[in-house]
Amino acid sequence: MPESTIPALPVLTAKDFASNQEPKWCPGCGDHAVLQQIKNTLPELGVAPENIVFVSGIGCSSRLPYYMATYGIHGIHGRALPMATGLKTARPDLSVWVATGDGDALSIGGNHFIHTLRRNPDLNVILFNNEIYGLTKGQYSPTSKLGLRTVTSPSGVIDHPFNPASLAIGAGGSFFARAFDRDGKFLRSILLRAAQHKGTSLVEIYQNCPIFNNSAFDAFANPDEKAENTIYLEQGKPLIFGKNKNKGLRLDGFKPEVVDLDKEDVSSDDLWIHNESDINKASILARFADAQPDSELFLPRPIGVLYAEDRVTYEDALTDQISDAQKKGAGTLAELLKGDNSYVIK
Amino acid sequence: MTDTKATSKAVNVTSKASVSVLFAGDSGDGMQLTGTQFANTVAVRGSELNTFPNFPSEIRAPAGTISGVSGFQLQFGSKPVYTPGARFDVMIAMNSAALKANLNDLHRGGIIIASTDGFDEKNLKLAGYPAGVNPLEDGSLSNYLVFPIPVQQLTREALKDSGLTSREIDRCKNMFILGVLYWLYNLPVESTVEMLQAKFSKKPLLAEANVKAVKAGYFFGDETEIFANIGRFDIPPQKQHGVYRRVTGNEAAAIALTAAAEKSGLELFLGSYPITPATEILQNLAKMKKWGVKTFQAEDEIAGICSSIGAAFGGALAATNTSGPGLALKTEALGLAVIMEIPLVVINVQRGGPSTGLPTKPEQSDLFMAMYGRHGEAPLPVIAASSPVDCFYTTYEAARIAVEHMTPVICLTDGYLALSSEPWEVESPDNLAEIKPRLHAAREPEDPAYLPYKRDDRQVRSWAIPGTKGLEHRIGGLEKQNETGNVSHDPDNHELMTKLRAEKIARIADSIPLQSIDNGPEKGDLLVLGWGSSYGAIKTAVDQAIEKGYSVAHAHLRYLNPFPKNLGEILGNYKQVVIPENNNGQLVHIIRDTFLIEPVGFSKVKGLPFNEMEILAKITDLIKELK
Repeated sequence: MPESTIPALPVLTAKDFASNQEPKWCPGCGDHAVLQQIKNTLPELGVAPENIVFVSGIGCSSRLPYYMATYGIHGIHGRALPMATGLKTARPDLSVWVATGDGDALSIGGNHFIHTLRRNPDLNVILFNNEIYGLTKGQYSPTSKLGLRTVTSPSGVIDHPFNPASLAIGAGGSFFARAFDRDGKFLRSILLRAAQHKGTSLVEIYQNCPIFNNSAFDAFANPDEKAENTIYLEQGKPLIFGKNKNKGLRLDGFKPEVVDLDKEDVSSDDLWIHNESDINKASILARFADAQPDSELFLPRPIGVLYAEDRVTYEDALTDQISDAQKKGAGTLAELLKGDNSYVIK
Repeated sequence: MTDTKATSKAVNVTSKASVSVLFAGDSGDGMQLTGTQFANTVAVRGSELNTFPNFPSEIRAPAGTISGVSGFQLQFGSKPVYTPGARFDVMIAMNSAALKANLNDLHRGGIIIASTDGFDEKNLKLAGYPAGVNPLEDGSLSNYLVFPIPVQQLTREALKDSGLTSREIDRCKNMFILGVLYWLYNLPVESTVEMLQAKFSKKPLLAEANVKAVKAGYFFGDETEIFANIGRFDIPPQKQHGVYRRVTGNEAAAIALTAAAEKSGLELFLGSYPITPATEILQNLAKMKKWGVKTFQAEDEIAGICSSIGAAFGGALAATNTSGPGLALKTEALGLAVIMEIPLVVINVQRGGPSTGLPTKPEQSDLFMAMYGRHGEAPLPVIAASSPVDCFYTTYEAARIAVEHMTPVICLTDGYLALSSEPWEVESPDNLAEIKPRLHAAREPEDPAYLPYKRDDRQVRSWAIPGTKGLEHRIGGLEKQNETGNVSHDPDNHELMTKLRAEKIARIADSIPLQSIDNGPEKGDLLVLGWGSSYGAIKTAVDQAIEKGYSVAHAHLRYLNPFPKNLGEILGNYKQVVIPENNNGQLVHIIRDTFLIEPVGFSKVKGLPFNEMEILAKITDLIKELK
């Protein structure tokens, strides 16, 4: 049984957040690593397990709530976000997390995805993006790359994939970050940022499915390619990447370009300085994910917090309206039943 | 101006027990406001009352055409009235299209008060009358008492010094005609005057003009001899003294959910998506913030119910409201609520189907969907409201069953109940049934492990809400191991859980009242078994049948699943059972299936509610067959 009743919060560890159920994901699945980092992150939040709820839809990653020693709902396909929104609206005091996948959030739950982001309830949404349907055994998903051969695309995928970052920022999301399943320490820092952000925090995790879409993210995650193909974003810092930290990004108008810091006469002052509250820059950064490493148009994939905006949450706005309506006292049952249009028959 | 209470000429006043009136005109003629004002006046005076608005589904249908006709029907009386009237006794026709659209439903010998400016060449053409034909002049209305009144001309004359534009003056025509009706039915103008003064408090010119128009209409009746041959009518008010309010079914449902939250100590959450004719429930609850009500206008029907499931998990009294197409979209989530065993109220305001069907017209055709419309074995309680006021009691009962039995409940109303109104004696908080949530207390480390699916003697599990220490648990759509709630694919466990879920619903029969006979003998020739909005029509028809000496009784079902325990016995007390339904015979199937009897179906699927004449005719036929 979970030792969730330990009273003193500071002594909580990752183990305190593990339920008694054995994870049933395939060996080598990226979900194991993400689960571990979530469990590592939660003790840092200072929130008791009974005040945390994990909500999910359907898919491999949506099994996650069963492995947490918190409250949890394993819902129906695509609907984790409205369930979480309803829960958070009814109970703003709770820390509400959503585990969802590329099929769950972006295909069957696409409508909820965009509307949740624009409303901005304070949810922490972990988007396990493995670019494949795993639970149903290997069909292509809305994020599968063009040309990917799967059981339902034997001649290659012809559906143009979603770019989750652009979709989220376009939908009015207030927080978007990207991380890898394999980079545990960094993932943990991003999960912490997401938890601290008040509003809907969307974390896209590049998650490897070793069975149906193995190596989908190797170009970004493999140690020998990672440095050239990714760029780690740091607030207020210039965008620099490369094995030798000798490449930078510069904005020519709205057009981002890579500059070789060894060859060109540029100082770091000329480079793009990351500002996660700048939606225009975030929108451009988001579009980096449109091109793959084999393309001439490729730009290093941004990792970290692309965008973070301080905006009122849905539940706070609603709570304010209710407080306002109750300024002169809450309504009573007798007042409710009498209404304001009653009349007396003498 | 003289007092409208004083009648200057001696006019014969005939007393009547009840009258049904239709206000009909173009969408822009203000018929809903006029009818509502008339309804308020008779209600405040203490009359029994039932109203029903009938407006086009288009927001702005072409002016003057049949499709643009907007109507407001009401019946008021000295004794209880349960319908707006099968046919009306009086029709206000503001234009020729209004007359043409509604003439079939006017009693032979009924009164037509026609605004002649709506019968000019242009309007007659728009209404589709052949060139040169005017029904007010060609003798085609000889079976009725026709009173053509040049309302536009008279209103312009009365308001010529009002300082208003001629367009503004013409918009007061409805108040003139309302004044005429007040005179004809011996009613005071005061409450309307007060309403106008309040409504136009910032526009005194408009207030004054409208008041003047009402009074001018009243004096027109008083001073001209146009009604000399029929005189005036009086329907003496009979209602017992007390405090009343007038509610529509949708208003009553919204009040009920809020009241249930107050009574149970829970917070109300409504996740909803706008859909005709259910939207007013969301609109009304959105205004209830003073009672802490949280409404969430979702992006679609699915998000509506799923947000409510989330809120219910969090310990709210959660509800969602919809109409047929929306219920179809919610079915998967309803299955989730069934297997999670959480409280959830689903109000389905039925409308004509399938698909978009008849969005503004009532039907009772979602009974099968409510009963069976989920995949897997997913029984849930179904209850139905029978009148606008009963929408309060039935919705409240739905909330009670949901919370106390940890289950989603479907509460069926329909477009007729939703928009109809009747007076409701203001209910006392003490009269409302207690609602006791089965919240599980916090658990200490030394206590036994929490078992989410451990049941009480009614097979009901407890409600463990987040924030409660020691009760952390994970539940969802996958089959649950009995008691622990852990995921289980065990074959025997699945069968056990299926039976436990069914038994939980069946045992609700232990906590609901036995079925009563609404009207008529306990044993006899014929039982009219109704459910839902047909109550008023059946009640009235059975009253009349009993007066004729027939051995007929009326039972009306609120509880459709599970049925009251004594229903089978009741059905056996009559030679024949007839089931009137605004569908193709859905309850007939269920009754036949459950009790192995052969009831007679009586279907009406016209997007219109039953009227008492149809039911009485059916009763008469069946009684004759039985003899």
